Amino acid sequence: MITFDRVTKRYPDGTVAVDDLSLEVPTGGITVFVGPSGCGKTTSLRMINRMIDPSEGRVLLDGVDVTTVDPPTLRRGIGYVIQQAGLFPHRKIVDNVATVPQLLGWDRRKARDRAMELLERVGLDTGLANRYPFQLSGGQQQRVGVARALAADPPVLLMDEPFSAVDPIVRASLQDELLRLQAELHKTIVFVTHDIDEAVKLGDRVAVLQVGGHLAQLDDPATLLARPADGFVQEFLGRDRGIRRLSFVPGEGLRLRDDLTVPVSADVASARGTAEPWLAVVGPDGGPLGWAATSGLPKSGTFEAVPLAPYGTFVRGRDSLRAALDAALLSPSGNAIAVDDSGRAEGVVTREVLDEALVLAAREASRVAGETRAGEGPGEAGGAREAADGR
Amino acid sequence: MNWLTDFFGDPAHWSGPDGIPARLLEHLAFSAAALLLAALIALPLGLWIGHTGRGAYFIVATVNVARAIPTLGLLVLFVLLLGTTTVWPVLIPLVALAAPPILVNTYEGVRGVDPDLRDAAYGMGLRGGQVLGRVLVPVALPLILLGLRLSAVQVVATTTVAAYAGLGGLGRFIIDGLATKDYASVAGGAVLVVLFALAVQLLFTLAQRTAVSPGVSRRQRVR
Ligand SMILES: Nc1ncnc2c1ncn2[C@@H]1O[C@H](COP(=O)(O)OP(=O)(O)OP(=O)(O)O)[C@@H](O)[C@H]1O
Ligand SMILES: [Mg+2]
Repeated sequence: MITFDRVTKRYPDGTVAVDDLSLEVPTGGITVFVGPSGCGKTTSLRMINRMIDPSEGRVLLDGVDVTTVDPPTLRRGIGYVIQQAGLFPHRKIVDNVATVPQLLGWDRRKARDRAMELLERVGLDTGLANRYPFQLSGGQQQRVGVARALAADPPVLLMDEPFSAVDPIVRASLQDELLRLQAELHKTIVFVTHDIDEAVKLGDRVAVLQVGGHLAQLDDPATLLARPADGFVQEFLGRDRGIRRLSFVPGEGLRLRDDLTVPVSADVASARGTAEPWLAVVGPDGGPLGWAATSGLPKSGTFEAVPLAPYGTFVRGRDSLRAALDAALLSPSGNAIAVDDSGRAEGVVTREVLDEALVLAAREASRVAGETRAGEGPGEAGGAREAADGR
Repeated sequence: MNWLTDFFGDPAHWSGPDGIPARLLEHLAFSAAALLLAALIALPLGLWIGHTGRGAYFIVATVNVARAIPTLGLLVLFVLLLGTTTVWPVLIPLVALAAPPILVNTYEGVRGVDPDLRDAAYGMGLRGGQVLGRVLVPVALPLILLGLRLSAVQVVATTTVAAYAGLGGLGRFIIDGLATKDYASVAGGAVLVVLFALAVQLLFTLAQRTAVSPGVSRRQRVR
């Protein structure tokens, strides 16, 4: 556990970057520091590994004041990833990753083996091991940065905007990779970002900092989105907070209809006379192919000959209500196709089912928001609460 | 043009204390001694100032002074002061000539290393000396070698004036040749100095190739 105990950092020029910050970073979870530029995120993070020392207060790592530990020794036990990866340009990838194990005196062989293992772990081709950093793409370099930070298996990982210099697609895959790794490794991670979407995606807990280093709110992402502590947080969370909160509502419980799918090999005659305007056509491997309009079916033949409209899917049991809603919005029918992990269609979630789920989610959100903030919540939450109470 | 064949073809020029091999060795010894001394002073100083950031004004001062003082003037001054019984009157100006490029380039090289890289190195848990030795020096090496090369070439050229002070080296062929109107000797000496300087260039190019990591020079390896 990492504890900030009334920490203040005043730079020599008088700038107060962090002001009386107290918070706890629990062991084995991802805690995200998020906030606008200059709010003191980097300063706070760097006080954990003593790249910066506090002016007042203490930072405790498992109860030990970090300023009592010799900085290099402390840092070898804490993984550190920065935005530009900061790889050593003169050393091969494998040697970059083996940096800390070598500092710790592991023998060459063991350090090397460990480095290779980690390259694989972070999703890199081990064929890259003998390249130099300049021969890698930005995304690959970032992965190496993560592998290097993990090399000596430190219990704590500090990450300062590690993914903000890569394009959105690479960023998303790096985020997924981090979540996958974390599910295996259970590190205590402090992750700094100014991107609220990244914060709610990665964080088990999100600390929103305000300029001047004030902690505005510390909560799990769903609560944060449902119940911003004040106007600053609300504004920082942005416009589609309600929609984004749906990412934390599981799509698992959505009722499925199995009578709205039809195999592509079926005869169109089987669908004649149905009252349903759209049917989801499923291929021989069980994967969805598209939507068929029942009004325009040919006289005879199979569904092979029917023109299909585009569709959206979500993975039931894994994806959120937001993904289900998105899938529905991608279909002309307004219905979402649910698939399993291997992409086989399980059934269809209709507009009506989604509608019910949305209403439930809205009620739940307002209940959470109303719980401890009765009477002083933002107007919209208050209004929703009345609706919920009137149930 | 047959001056050159006259000079290099004469077997008498290839032996004895004033033959080409002996003069070449003297030239080499002078140049090497001057460069070595300069490097011993300027390298550690440049590394230290670049690494700690302390005393950067010293670099500026050195550059200005070095630009202002003519090496030849310094040489004459020292010969007048110290006489010609030792090599110091020649060596001191040569060292003074050789040190500034090494100092400035070493400093610039170390100071110019990407701050993120430095930061990452400390963040990994490297100590100050390890950051310098394992990260800053290898990354700054192209500039450090450039400083050494600039110095070496200047020193080799300027060692020629050692002949004025009655000392040896390839300059003797030129100075003595001028005095006796032996233009074959002047031309031959000049050619030797040029070849020597080229050899030094080549040596440093090779050093650059072998010592600088391909990751820094960004040479693609065909694998
Ligand atoms: N070395 C320094 N000397 C003086 N002021 C500094 C120093 N480093 C940071 N600051 C100031 O402290 C405040 C917080 O800086 P910090 O780098 O922690 O912000 P940040 O939240 O990480 O911002 P960003 O999202 O832009 O990275 C800023 O006002 C910054 O200008
Ligand atoms: Mg920052």
